[in-house]
Parts: sequence; C-alpha cells; structure tokens
Amino acid sequence: MKKGSSKNNGIPFIFPKTPSGVEGLDEITEGGYPKGRPTLICGSAGCGKTLLSMQFLIKGILEHDEPGVFISFEEPSDDLTLNVKSLGFDLEQLKAEKKLVVDHVRVERSEIEEAGEYDLDGLFIRLGYAIDSIKATRVVLDTIESLFAGLDNQAILRAELRRLFHWLKQKGVTALITGERGESTLTRQGLEEYVSDCVILLDHRVIEQVSTRRIRIVKYRGSTHGTNEYPFLIDEHGISVLPITSLKLDNEVSSEVVSTGVPGLDEMFEKSGFYRGSSILVSGTAGTAKTSIACYFADKQCKKGEKTILFAFEESPRQLVRNMKSIGIDLERHMKKGLLLIHSSRPTLNGLELHLLTLRKLIKEFVPTTVIIDPISNLLSVGTEHEVRSMLVRLIDMLKANNITAMLTSLTKHTDNFRTNFAEESISSLVDTWLAVRDMEGIGERNRGIFVIKSRGMGHSNQVREFIITSKGIELLNVEVGPEGILTGAARDANKLNRKLSEIKLQSELQRKDREIERKRKVLEANIEALKNEFDSVQEELGLLRKTEAMQEEAASKLRKDGK
Amino acid sequence: MVNNIPPIDKGSETAVAEWQLILYIAGQTPKSVKALANIKKYAEVHLAGKYSIEIIDLLKNPQLAEGDQILAVPTLVRKVPVPIRKIIGDLSNEERVLVGLNIKSVIK
Repeated sequence: MKKGSSKNNGIPFIFPKTPSGVEGLDEITEGGYPKGRPTLICGSAGCGKTLLSMQFLIKGILEHDEPGVFISFEEPSDDLTLNVKSLGFDLEQLKAEKKLVVDHVRVERSEIEEAGEYDLDGLFIRLGYAIDSIKATRVVLDTIESLFAGLDNQAILRAELRRLFHWLKQKGVTALITGERGESTLTRQGLEEYVSDCVILLDHRVIEQVSTRRIRIVKYRGSTHGTNEYPFLIDEHGISVLPITSLKLDNEVSSEVVSTGVPGLDEMFEKSGFYRGSSILVSGTAGTAKTSIACYFADKQCKKGEKTILFAFEESPRQLVRNMKSIGIDLERHMKKGLLLIHSSRPTLNGLELHLLTLRKLIKEFVPTTVIIDPISNLLSVGTEHEVRSMLVRLIDMLKANNITAMLTSLTKHTDNFRTNFAEESISSLVDTWLAVRDMEGIGERNRGIFVIKSRGMGHSNQVREFIITSKGIELLNVEVGPEGILTGAARDANKLNRKLSEIKLQSELQRKDREIERKRKVLEANIEALKNEFDSVQEELGLLRKTEAMQEEAASKLRKDGK
Repeated sequence: MVNNIPPIDKGSETAVAEWQLILYIAGQTPKSVKALANIKKYAEVHLAGKYSIEIIDLLKNPQLAEGDQILAVPTLVRKVPVPIRKIIGDLSNEERVLVGLNIKSVIK
C-alpha cells in the first residue's frame, strides 16, 4: 500500500505489472503480477499451482522474451519437462536457448543432519547464479514450503525465508511463490506473512460431483483488482481464466439484418430477419422443433459462407446431421467446408463454468459470426438457477461484445401458461428477440405454432402462426381464424372445407336468384306484351267504331240532303 | 576451478582417502570458519590419517551448489564412504556431527 501510493505524484500512475501469461488473469489483475515483487500462489493439491507458475515463465519467454528461472522443490526437472510437454511446451529447447533454467532443489530429511547454526545462503547462491546466468526477470519457487519438511530449525527457516523474499525484491525479479493451502491459514506455513504484495488463491471444489477450479485474488497491494472467485480451466493449452465480462454496455451494434432461414418466419419481422449480433431465444416445450429452427438458422448462415458454431447439449454431431437430413437440411456439407462446427457435450461432463470456458475458447479459435446453443435449459442439470443465470449473462455479454449473432434454445415445462421457466425469465431481459414455439392441442391432435414475443428495435407480427414440418422442411402456414381464435391442423382443414362449401352454396344461391329474376322478367315481359296487345285491340276497336260512326253520320247527312 | 584450500591431509598420502569430506561455505563467515575448525578437530580425533577435506566456496563457484544439492551453508558432505551424508550448520554439536557422519560406530 505504502509503496504503491507513494509513487503516485498526482499524474495518473500505472502500477508496473508483469503479464501473467494466463488468458483472463491479466484482466482480473488489471495487467498481471506486480512487477519486481513476489506473488504468493496458494491452493490445495491439484489446483494447478505449478502449471500456473510454469505458464508464467513459458509465456514470458515466448511472448515477452523475458527469461525465467524455475526452482522446483518438489518435482525433478525431467518430470516437469514431461508434464508440460503435454501442454505443448518444450522446456528442453528453452533450456538449450538459455531462456530457462530449471533447478530442482531436493531436500531429503534422511540425508541431512543439522548440527548448529546455518543459513540458506546455498539456496540464495544457486538462485542468484541461475538468475544471473540467463539474466532472468521471472522467477518461480515451487513449493518453497517443502523446506519445512526437510529442515528442523523453523526459527532459522523463517528468518531465512523473510530474507529470501526481501532479496528477491531487491533483485527486481517478478517472483511467484507457491504454497500449500493450510487448515486455517492461506498456506500451511503462513507464508502470506512474508509475501504480502499479492496473494492469489486457487481452489478446487467439487459440488454435486462436478469439479470446478476457481481463482481469487486475495490481496494486491497498490492496485485494484477483481475480487470475485473466477473459474478457470486447465486444458491442452494450459490455464485460462474466465473473468466476468465487462458489464459495460458499450459494444458496437449493427443494423445489418440476417435472415432466419425459415421461409415465412422472415415475414413476421418488419425487416425480414434478426439484427446481426443480437441474441435470439427460441423457447418451447418438448418436440416443438426448436432444434430444427436452430438448424435452419445455421444452414442459412453457412449458405452465405458465414462461420457458425453449434453447441449441442443433447445430440451428437452425427445424430444431428442425420436428423436434420430428414427435414431436408444438409449440415454435413457445411461441416466439410469448415463453415460449421458442431460441438457436442453432455452438460454433466463438467461444471458450468468449464462449459462457458469451452465455448469461449472455441469461439476464439473458430471465429464464428453465429453461435447456436441447443439448449441452454439443459445446463440446469449442472448448476443452480443462479449459477446458470450468471453464466448466461456472461455468455451473452461476450457474444454481443464480439458482434456474434446468438441463437439459444430453451426447453420450457409444459404448462397452461406457456411463458414460464427459469432460463427465460433470467435471460429474457438480455435477449433481443424472443421466439416462442408452442403446442396447440385440440380435436385430438397436436400442432405447432410460432410467435414472436419480442423483437427489439424491429416491428413484428403479433400473429400465432402454425407451422408444419415435412420432409421438405419447415413451412409456415397462413393464419386461419375461426370463431374461437386461430385454427390449426384438422380444424384448419375443416374450416377450409367449410368455407369452400359455403362459397359453393353461395354461388349456387346467387345463380338461382339470377335465374329467378330472369324468369320473373320474362313473365313480366310476357304480361306487358299481352296488355299491349289488349290495348292495341281495344284501340283498333275504338278506331273501327269511330269510322263506323263517321260513315253513319256521312250517310245520314247525305240522306238528309237528298231528302230535301 | 575448485578452490582447494590445501587438503588437510594428515597422515593419508594415498590418492583416495578412506573418508572424503567436502565442506561447502559461502565466503569466510564466522559460521564457516567455525565449521571448518570444528570438522578439523573431530577428524583429527576420530579419523586421523584416513580422511581428506575439500572446501568449496560457493561465492566463487556458485555452479557447484547444484551438484550436491546444497541449500544451507555451511554444509559438510560425506562423499566416501557411501551413502552420501550431509550435515548442515556450524558443526558445533559434536554428538550430531559424529552421528551424522556415522563415525561413532567406527570408533566403538
């Protein structure tokens, strides 16, 4: 504390640090171990102390060209070489290049007799010689507590250790000292009393038969650091730590739209798809074709030549490929082209955090633009709700930060209220688009419906669309609305038939009416004709009468004239 | 290379002494001076004529520390007879030195 702050002269001060060579650890420690000071790494057996420190040296040599000295109190140098060889590090070569010195300090109690005063100058000289011979700046003492088992005089030992750490500091080397975890103290011999600049605790816990290794910075003088426990993974590339990804929400956003791959589904979105880099949740009960929808999406992305990773927690890659073939999707083609990677593992294979780490590593290596996880709800079998939730938060965060489009599927329990379940509740606020697929039961059959619950930043359809899966794939059907809501399956067909029937009926009714009118018109016309005829004959008769009358009158007048 | 302070060969002039002892020190510290004096004294008493003592100063030859797994100084190493035995400290405790070197049984 004193040292760190006293150097601060008002100007933003950057605490000098040495990169740890462990992915993720630098983020937690904000740069690495304190430069030029000893750091204590403690933990119980099998935590990865030796590996963590070895990685520090090797990465230091390979990436920063900083030579290192490894003083082993436990394992002979040959064993160490062999142990890290499986991680792809060749100690022998580094030794030959004069970049690394591995010295095994063997302390055999049976060989040593103590008679009088002594000091550990021998160790100092060896260490000093090793450091000077290759100009090392990084030193590891693994595990110095072995000295306590080999030597009797604790008073001398303690005094000498104190001197050793002081001496290391003076030398200006960045040192890692490992120590076994004690009963109530951090280390069995209380080394934390001597090495107090930075203490890192490793832990190996087995909860419900699933083991997880965790790392925690207990203290770090002169620097801020992450204080939580962070899980870490040991795999064929060494140790990597998974920090909680930044909670800052400042990731880049894209307004590019990617197609859902399902014909018809695109239409439900105003912009015909999802935004790139958004996260999509597909939730539904068992057998509602969540995986199929996910595979459609994957297929679509691969067809565009974009890389996709599919994490399957339920099916093996071959099984998935076969099953998808049955609905007309050929995933194998994409796999052969190297566009699609299907990673299958059982959720119970390892702890939640390890899954997350695995995902992270694969994503880093494969650099996909799309990630699909099928399903996230299976993870519940290895963690509590809280843990799963925190993991998903980190996962989605990470994917978003990398502008990777993520599709997650989630199995929901079958309830009347179809919007339930933990996974959804916990991440619903994190996902941008939420599709729900549900069973729709009625008149002795089950049909599938899909609808959009939400879609951030994009208008979307509010309809529940029925879809069917045939050997040609998924097909969204048009909405058929009946008197009691939407109709599906047989009801839809029945409705269709009904509609057709009534249409025909209506048609014939119209025709009948037309004909009737025609008939009426004809009758009317006939009537009119008859009346007209009648009128004509009456008129004719009237004309005749008039004529007769005129003739009569004429005859009469003639008679009168003649008669005169 | 080896800082051979003239071997304090009392008696034995043969090439290979029956008891070969090496004393590792780090500079002329009071402890190393004391240790040297002590081992000379005991050897004279118990091993007269059949021992050799080599003194290695690690400050001058630090690379030699690794070979005999020297950790503490002063360290007295019994090379011959085998097995190798090590006694650390200023050797002020005669009893322990003799037990450590397994000399006791020789004299008795």
